[in-house]
Amino acid sequence: MSELALKAGEVDTSHGPILYMEGVSVSFDGFKALNNLSLYIDAGELRCLIGPNGAGKTTLMDVITGKTRPDTGSVFFGQTIDLLQMDEPAIAQAGICRKFQKPSVFDMLSVFENLELALATHKGVWPTLFAKLNSVHHERIEQVLETIGLTEHRSHLAGILSHGQKQWLEIGMLLMQEPKVMLVDEPVAGMTHQEVERTAQLLLSLQGERSIIVVEHDMEFVRSIAQHRVTVLHEGSVLTEGTMDEVQNDPRVIQVYLGD
Amino acid sequence: MLLNLYKQDKAAAFLMGSIGFIALFVPLCNLILPAESALHFSAYSVSLIGKYLTFALLGLSLDLVWGYCGILALGHGAFFALGGYAMGMYLMRQIGNRGVYSNPLLPDFMVFLNWQELPWYWYGFDQFWFAALMVLLVPGLLAFVFGWLAFRSRVTGVYLSIITQALTYALLLAFFRNEMGFGGNNGLTDFKEILGFNIQSEAVRAFLLMASGMALVVAFLVSRWVMNSKLGRVVTAIRDQEMRVRFLGYRVELFKLWIFVFAAMLAGIAGALYVPQVGIINPSEFSPLNSLEIVIWVAIGGRGTLYGAIVGAVLVNYAKTLLTGWAPEIWLFFLGATFILATVFLPDGLFGFWQRRLKGQKS
Repeated sequence: MSELALKAGEVDTSHGPILYMEGVSVSFDGFKALNNLSLYIDAGELRCLIGPNGAGKTTLMDVITGKTRPDTGSVFFGQTIDLLQMDEPAIAQAGICRKFQKPSVFDMLSVFENLELALATHKGVWPTLFAKLNSVHHERIEQVLETIGLTEHRSHLAGILSHGQKQWLEIGMLLMQEPKVMLVDEPVAGMTHQEVERTAQLLLSLQGERSIIVVEHDMEFVRSIAQHRVTVLHEGSVLTEGTMDEVQNDPRVIQVYLGD
Repeated sequence: MLLNLYKQDKAAAFLMGSIGFIALFVPLCNLILPAESALHFSAYSVSLIGKYLTFALLGLSLDLVWGYCGILALGHGAFFALGGYAMGMYLMRQIGNRGVYSNPLLPDFMVFLNWQELPWYWYGFDQFWFAALMVLLVPGLLAFVFGWLAFRSRVTGVYLSIITQALTYALLLAFFRNEMGFGGNNGLTDFKEILGFNIQSEAVRAFLLMASGMALVVAFLVSRWVMNSKLGRVVTAIRDQEMRVRFLGYRVELFKLWIFVFAAMLAGIAGALYVPQVGIINPSEFSPLNSLEIVIWVAIGGRGTLYGAIVGAVLVNYAKTLLTGWAPEIWLFFLGATFILATVFLPDGLFGFWQRRLKGQKS
């Protein structure tokens, strides 16, 4: 059913936002992970989400990508696509892609093969069995390898990459899917200082063509990439939104998050 | 094609060459050389080797499911037994009026139960092509229905293992019942002819061995092609990071289902080749223990290599033939001990060990 509506380029962003979340609540055994949360992401925007542990950041990503179904509320992709009616593969094919907190690459496959699997193409069983890479696909993979700086590691197994390289590879896998919205969960956790800087450059270079939502704890990193709005989550709802400076000077934010 | 394979993968070419050689050499020595010759293989050895080859095919099919896709199926023997029963039904109907009760239509056990009519599900089994189709369809359909329900509900890991085990146990109990119409406890036996030839004759036994070898080689080459395709990489990826694959936009349950059904069909073929060579199929083939043994073959040979499953199946079964001859009571202890030792000392099986040795020598 949903596949019909999913042809690339059909996301209706005529009103500005590409992602709408309204009144979303999720509870696990009585604990409210998300509490009447509303959030709008504009097309092409790079949005940073911050908040203390347990604020609901990962649950929010789970809801958008179909992993968790909310108890109440609505989640729309553009004006017309109801994400709550779709499962994870359908949402991914529609153009919402996600990088996990823990780098999730396929250790037993090469860097090239990791990107090949992510390639935006037919993902049914039979087309996959008979799939052949054409020159356009090869070019696309080379291009992404270049972007994430792993060209010389193309034939290495992903399992032997460093932690930072795995994070980049996963971002590369997202790019191969040609997403309209990228959800990036803690991209710089465990990275060295140089790696953090490279990641910031990488994410900044990617904004514009697609919307990017970055969840991150590292304040310095958020400051380096947050050029527009930052959203602060607290106890499952939006505490405040604004530029990094506004947010950091907000007394409520200081109290719940930065002050401690 | 073998030459092409040799260029890409020497081990595969070597293994396939050996199987092809055995499948030709053993029957020829059996048929042509006189019984006193040192190279003559007895009819018993021919059947035994043929049986090993069908077990190798069965192991190979489990390796697709377990070694590549990470689904620890503990009821894989059920598909083998179903394929075997489909072939057994064909062989039963070939007996015709040569049975003890000389009933032209009903097999002996039905006459014995005072049945007057052939049950509807026995229709068509007098035709070889129909039986051959059922050898694929029955295991395939069971795998499809079972897999569809299990994978769609995202049953994984040890829970899935337990329900596959329950599946084969349920079939064991069902096939034990006389009312089911599959010969109950005794199963199907006393076969006379296959495709009009005497099933006891040396030529037919030699041919069955060749067919088993051929089936194994073809199944290996097809499985290898599948695993080298993008689908193979998706399946391996599912084994290692199922969630990630789903978020890449693949419907994981359909890929698991495809592999599960494909493997069940291969197991069905193995069962169909096994039955005419051993001359009987009975419900004990559904025993959960049999399914566990397949897992042990693959574990000892090495998971996720295809060769490993073949080598493991043949080695373990050869050991079984020897040991059950000397001291049948210790066989299960030996099997258990081998499994534990292999898990502790050879976690990648014999093939993994061998590959690491090779790598160690190179570097």
